[in-house]
Amino acid sequence: MENTPLKTPTDQLQAAKRICQVTVGNPQGLHARPADLVAREARRWQSRIEVVGNSQRVDGRSILDLLSLAAAQGTRLVIEATGPDADEAITALGRLFEQNFQE
Amino acid sequence: MKFSDFVAVDAIRSNVEATSKEGVIREMASALVEAGKITRDQLESIVKAIMKREDLGSTGIGRGVAVPHTKHPSVDRLVGTVAISQEGIDFESLDGDPVQLFFLLVSPPDRPGDHLRALENISRQLRDDAFCRDLKAAATPADIQHLLEEADRQGVAT
Repeated sequence: MENTPLKTPTDQLQAAKRICQVTVGNPQGLHARPADLVAREARRWQSRIEVVGNSQRVDGRSILDLLSLAAAQGTRLVIEATGPDADEAITALGRLFEQNFQE
Repeated sequence: MKFSDFVAVDAIRSNVEATSKEGVIREMASALVEAGKITRDQLESIVKAIMKREDLGSTGIGRGVAVPHTKHPSVDRLVGTVAISQEGIDFESLDGDPVQLFFLLVSPPDRPGDHLRALENISRQLRDDAFCRDLKAAATPADIQHLLEEADRQGVAT
């Protein structure tokens, strides 16, 4: 995954895109409770949040979407945030994974 | 994983009488007892464990769907069932909507992968609006079973 090159300041404002790679670290994987935590966090931001993994790209705001990733412990996922607060959103979402959803 | 891998067809209920969260969980767990999937002496323990899990955060995941579940040492394989409430039940869902469609899961403590794959199957199928709508409109357990079988046939085996 690579950032799309940005050409003009306007593009930059509209298309700020941040990406981070995370690994599902908790033994139970991305089950209902962590999926709920991720979706709640994703909804706090204006940016569009997408999660990519297991050959799927899903809406980070949807628990159903996140659960359908079936991301077991050790699964590597890419989180993409696109929008005005992409930086903050990526930081917050990355932290949830780093903390293993406190499990 | 397919629905047929974990849904006990004899425990499917198309019109639950319960009107509360604990009530519907108890009714579904009792249906699993009647279907011979869990033992009667474990019923209270399982209901209590599922309620304890709900305390951590509602499993009402939106779209009028809830997935109450627990791990429990009394089962040696994943067992589950499906129920519908025609009126809808307040489940403290994430989107605040009442829940009509319930998938209850009880899994052995040492099999987190099976639980995850069951959730994957349920969530993937329910992303299909028509499937979700048809299930909620099902009038009999046989109708629900038929819809699940159809989804199993059409779904990509994972």
